[in-house]
Formats: sequence, C-alpha cells, structure tokens
Amino acid sequence: MTTTFEVEVTEIFHREWGRVVATLIRRVGDWDLAEDSAQEAFLLAVERWRRDGIPASPGGWLTATALNRAIDRLRRAAKGREKLRELAAMTPGQDAADPDESGIVDDRLRLIFTCCHPALSLEARVALTLRSLAGLTTGEIARAFLVADATMAKRLVRAKAKIAHTGIPYRVPPAHLLSERTSGVLAVIYLLFNEGYEASTGADLVRAGLCDEAIRLGRTLAELMPDEPEVLGLLALMLFHDARRAARADASGDLIPLDEQDRTRWNALGIFEAVGVLGTALRRGMPGPYQTQAAIAARHATAPDAASTDWIGIAGLYGELGRMTGSPVVELNRAVAVAMADGPDAGLRLVEALEESGALRDYHLLAATHADLLRRLGRRAEAAAAYRRAIDLAGNERERRFLTRRLAEVG
Amino acid sequence: MKYLMMICLDENQTTTLGEDDGAAMLAEYGVFAEEMAVRGVLQGGERLRPSADATTVKVRNGEVLLSDGPYAETKEQIGGYFLVDCANLDEAIEIAAKIPGARLGSIEVRPIWPM
Repeated sequence: MTTTFEVEVTEIFHREWGRVVATLIRRVGDWDLAEDSAQEAFLLAVERWRRDGIPASPGGWLTATALNRAIDRLRRAAKGREKLRELAAMTPGQDAADPDESGIVDDRLRLIFTCCHPALSLEARVALTLRSLAGLTTGEIARAFLVADATMAKRLVRAKAKIAHTGIPYRVPPAHLLSERTSGVLAVIYLLFNEGYEASTGADLVRAGLCDEAIRLGRTLAELMPDEPEVLGLLALMLFHDARRAARADASGDLIPLDEQDRTRWNALGIFEAVGVLGTALRRGMPGPYQTQAAIAARHATAPDAASTDWIGIAGLYGELGRMTGSPVVELNRAVAVAMADGPDAGLRLVEALEESGALRDYHLLAATHADLLRRLGRRAEAAAAYRRAIDLAGNERERRFLTRRLAEVG
Repeated sequence: MKYLMMICLDENQTTTLGEDDGAAMLAEYGVFAEEMAVRGVLQGGERLRPSADATTVKVRNGEVLLSDGPYAETKEQIGGYFLVDCANLDEAIEIAAKIPGARLGSIEVRPIWPM
C-alpha cells in the first residue's frame, strides 16, 4: 500500500530530478558526479522528510543537498581540489561557463540540448535524455529498449565520455542553431513516445511507460520554451495519441483500426487538453510539421463517430504536411484521406502514382492501402494480390494477422 | 579545444576533376585558409600525397610492422588536414562544414588528446 507521503515524494522526484542534475552539471562540470550526488540527495530526502515533513521548497533543498554531497566527494578526491577552487571562484547565479547562450537560463534546457546534441548517436541521445533528464535508472532504460543492462551502461558511459572529450558545449544553442537543434530535441522526444506507443498494446508496461516520460518531457519543454509553437505542437500530438491508447487494441493485443475503435474508451479529458494546447500553438501563426500532425489527430479525436470525420479537412492538412516535409509516407496518408473524402477511385490514382515513383517500394502500408482501395472498388482478385504483397513485406506478426484477415475477406 | 579535421575523399574523384575545376577548388581552399587564419583558429594544415604513397606503421609485441598503403581499404582516403583551435565542438563542426572537401567527401573531426 503506497502512502500519501510516498506518492508525493515520487511526484517530487519526477518533477525535480532533471532540474537538480542539470544545475549540478553546470556547477561541478561532471555528469556522473552530478547524477550520483542527486541520487544521494533523493535518498536522504526520503529519510529526512518522513521525519521532519516535506520542506516548502523541495527542489531547493534537493539541489543544495546534492551540491554539498558533490563538494564533499570532490574534497575527498585529490584531483577534485583544483575543481573546488574553480567552483569557489564562480559567483553563485552567474554563469561563467557560456557567455554566448541565447538568454534562456533554466539549466534543464542546457541539459536537454546537450543530451540531444547531433554529434551523439541517436541511441545515445535517447538513453541520456532518459537517464539524466527523466531520472530513469540504467536498468529501466535497458528494459525499455530490450538490451542488456551492461550494454545500456556502456552506451551511457560512452556518450558522457564523448561529451567530455570532444567539447560538446553545455548550453542552449545560440540563435543561429536554435531552430535546427530544437527540431532535434523534438525528434528525440517523439521517438521516445513512439517506442512506447508501439509497445503499449501488449503487456509490456515498461515500454508503455515511455509514453508518459515523453509527455512529461514535452510538458517540461513547453514550459521552458513557451514561444516555440512546434514544442506545443508535439505535446498536443502526443496527448491526442495518448488519449486513444486504451482503445487501440483488442483483448488479444490485435490492432483495431481507427474507424472501428470504441470512441467511448478515448480519454475525453486528454483530448480536451490537447485541443487547448494545439489552439495555443496555432494562434502563434507559425505552422510546422508537429502542429499540422496534431491538427490531423485533432480532426480524428474530435469526430463523434468515424462517419462524421472531416476527411476533406484532413486531406488538405496532409497536403500541407507533404509540402513541409516532402515525405512520400505523408503522400500515402493523403491518398487515404482523399479516398475517404472523394471516393476510392480518387485515392487509387494517388496510390498508383506513388507506386510508379518507386519511393516506397518495400513499404508494406503502400501495398496494404492499394489492396484496401481495390477491395472497396470490388476488384477482388487484384486486391488479394496486393494483400499478399503487403503480408510479405509486413514487419510484425500483429500486422500480418490483420492483413491475413482482410485477405480472407476478398479471397 | 583543438581539433584535427581530416579531409577524406575518393582519390579517383579528385584526379579526374578537370583542370578548371581543380584550380577553382584550390582557390577555394586558399579563401577558406585565409578566412580561418584571420579568425585565429587555424593552427596548421597541409595537403597530403595520395594514399598510394602512404605507409602504415604498427607495433605488435614490440615489433615494428610496416605496410604499404593506407590504414584501411575504404574508398575514401585522407587527402589533407587542418588543425584548428576553437571554442567547442559546435564551432569545430561549423568550420569543418566550410572546408570545400566536405562537399566531395567527408571530414573526420577528432579532438586532440592533450598529453
């Protein structure tokens, strides 16, 4: 049985971990020392607070305690003494490390931009973000990405060594890099979310937890970068998807297509929040790919039933998204929307053009969509051939089962 | 921080570069080197002879092993380098991206390991 105290402390841990670690990295310049000291401070907090009650500013208490621990450790280590002199020379609150940062001062932003630096491998970026910013343990991250603990530990060590050795700066990128680097951060968060989302139909709760971590990171980033509409766009997009999480699969874990999902199982409160976040983003008048994807998700999430979905609006949004990204996958989605808005014939023309372009030759969803449109046009033999092609190309068992059911319907 | 920027290119590609294109690229290198010298980041830089002139040196169990040719059988070879002293990896990446060879091949950026 968890007590109110434990719930509160867990909540504080999630909220404050990234902030404590981020501040310590700036002050002591050593990632491992920062994380170890933060860990100690949190353990001490559980003990002290149970006895004395939770302080008025738990974040301040944790940062001060962690910093004291770090200084203790440095004092004990011979090579730490020089570091201590450097620390003493720094005026509190003043940032000697990077005079050229772009004026945003929250340490968590420095941390997230450093974790997501493009000189690190994508795997390393994801792992570091979860460890240093979100506070997951190495073991938890290893389980979430289905690798051995030792493999994940090595990945984290290597990433931190690369940051230290190659001079990756601990800062918010300057203005000329900011937009590009922000997209990089958003991509890492969205990747985290999708890792969790793909797994969330099974019993794999560790992986499903990645959705919650990604949303939490999205909220933090939205709080820290309130002027970036794409940050809000991504948050809204994740909230829309997340609101439909419970209705995506049946009892055996098979995927349920959007039009067959039980909409009463969608989380209305989540959709309500997502609509609000997206509205705030769109009012900025600076459209971008995440906002557009969120707008598409919004059309689906706010339709009372599948039949009243605004397919004309969705097809238009996919057109915009295609112009922004140049992605053939987006064009495929547009074809699906056009087929719903103007009939399967119109959609089929777009799908055939895509097939001729050869851009998605080995993509099972192109074959599956082609098959679906042919089925709706009553061209059963051609549909069956396309379903077989899609089944050959499909990557996972769940999708193959779904396509095999469809094949049986036209066979 | 000091960084070594290795200019890696397919040698066949550079030898088949026409005379005009070759001269234009050389001039671009001149412009780049001058710009970086003015900026005060350039510590050195040389063009290297083709990989056929390379010797790879290895020591195994105290024995010096020599082999004729480059260290690896890849299509791209190191054709030159710049040694740069700048603020951090972001600046190093920005400078590396300005090296004309970055468009033809790739630049390997390695931090200098202070000894």
